[in-house]
Amino acid sequence: MQRRHRWRAFEATPWLFAVAAFFVFPDYMAFGTQVLITIIFAISLDLILGYAGIVTLGHAAYFGAGAYAAGMLSAHLGWNEPISGLLIAGGVAAIVGFIFGFVLMRYHGLTLIMLTLATAIFLYELANANEAVTGGFDGLLGIQIAPVLGVFENDLWGHTYYWYSLAVLFLVFLIARTIIYSPFGRSLVGIRENVRRMHAIGTPVHRRLVIAYTISAAMAGIAGALFAQSNAFVTLDVLSFARSGTILIILILGGTGRLYGAFVGAVVYMLLEEELAKLSLEFWEFGVGLVLVLAVLFARRGLLGVLEDIAVRIARPGS
Amino acid sequence: MTTPVLQITGLHKNFGALHVARDIHFRLDPGARHALIGPNGAGKTTLVNLISGALKPTAGEIMLQSRNITHLSQAARCHLGLTRTFQINQLFTGLTVLDNVCLSIAERTGIAASMLRPLGRRHDVIDEAMHLLESFKLQDDALTVVSELPYGRQRLVEIVIALGQKPTVLLLDEPAAGIPSAESQIILDVIEELSDEISVLIIEHDMEIVFRFANQITVLVYGTILAQGTPEEIADDKDVRSAYLGESR
Repeated sequence: MQRRHRWRAFEATPWLFAVAAFFVFPDYMAFGTQVLITIIFAISLDLILGYAGIVTLGHAAYFGAGAYAAGMLSAHLGWNEPISGLLIAGGVAAIVGFIFGFVLMRYHGLTLIMLTLATAIFLYELANANEAVTGGFDGLLGIQIAPVLGVFENDLWGHTYYWYSLAVLFLVFLIARTIIYSPFGRSLVGIRENVRRMHAIGTPVHRRLVIAYTISAAMAGIAGALFAQSNAFVTLDVLSFARSGTILIILILGGTGRLYGAFVGAVVYMLLEEELAKLSLEFWEFGVGLVLVLAVLFARRGLLGVLEDIAVRIARPGS
Repeated sequence: MTTPVLQITGLHKNFGALHVARDIHFRLDPGARHALIGPNGAGKTTLVNLISGALKPTAGEIMLQSRNITHLSQAARCHLGLTRTFQINQLFTGLTVLDNVCLSIAERTGIAASMLRPLGRRHDVIDEAMHLLESFKLQDDALTVVSELPYGRQRLVEIVIALGQKPTVLLLDEPAAGIPSAESQIILDVIEELSDEISVLIIEHDMEIVFRFANQITVLVYGTILAQGTPEEIADDKDVRSAYLGESR
């Protein structure tokens, strides 16, 4: 019977890795924090892309909305408490996601891709034009974040924010996991597989998609807010096309519609980027590009797809 | 006269200058086995699309159990008991047979909007789906991914998904299309065993099936209704013989 929703042993692996990384690479926790934030962002994208089949080239819109919301809360209103700041930023991103999603979810295919691109560019230019509020091209200065839970200061090594981000990631992951195995989540898969049939079995397709899109936007916003809080700085880059594109690449590299693809993709991509940049500051993108080409040619279901195939081979030797 | 479960008055549909449905008046009686026949391109599937809400009519009215559904969405019509199948399979091909049926039942019972307890742990839904699959002798295929099923069985799943809606009106768009006649028997048995509480409108090309199964026949030609009546009346109708039966036989 359908028992996919049950927890399996391998699902502990990413968390064990995350905890182990803290003790093995204590000097890399600032980098580790950025990886965790990227995983949250990638999970938010997987929810709509991997499960509901909504292809978007503008998901940075919500990452950026969350980042600016968290940043401006502190810089302009002096609201420095990080956890409430995170929730408010998630709420702001959800509202933006709901408004855009209500229009966007009436479209599909190329039209949808172009419109998602347009919404992100729209927000980017909006932030660029309102320099007084956002800091424009120079970035938003003056973000000060109070200690997490009133106790844990943001330290130079990023230790606090590593644990803080890991806790947020775990909660976001739990919510995403609950949703995808729920009847709601299964209906999103139904919409991806055959939207025509979903209409014919009484699904309010538009409503379902708008709800999914809003939840995804909220999660992306939380990722963006964590980014703003951990760096105490926000630039227009959070809304950029490059960010929308990169997160799409990360998810596809890891594997879409698999929940753990976000983990694999983010870790592999960011490690590659980090290490290749050390080898050559000008040429690292070539290496990343090469890996992507290989992945698209030989691992169509992403790196996680390859792992799945290997697991099947091991389970059924000789086949 | 009994009140019809489905009544259509003055239904028109045109795409620009192309009239695909013209002044259609039609009624489906409770428990009817009503066949819709007509040459290719007569507008049979268009009529099913209009009734199910996939297309909006240019003019006219559709009543479902005395309720005007002309402007309701497909989903709303479904919840009122009006369900269709497709001439070309519209399945969730990447999912298992059981998943396909569970999706339909979850939508009917309204739990599909729930974000909490996993669908795989909703035993009422799964039990109902398995029960339905058993009555179609598909229980052994429950965990098979639909795309791996032979076409004839996929055709059955197409109908089981619709029955997951517990319809009062069922529109079957060529249920046996694409299946070798030896196998189509299974589909026909299934349709013949449908409860009398379901009123069935079936589009079918095979005259043998139509005359065996239907107690009412409507003949559609060029988007208009040419004749309506019992199988005997239709068989004796001169217009029908020249316009349709004469051509195909």
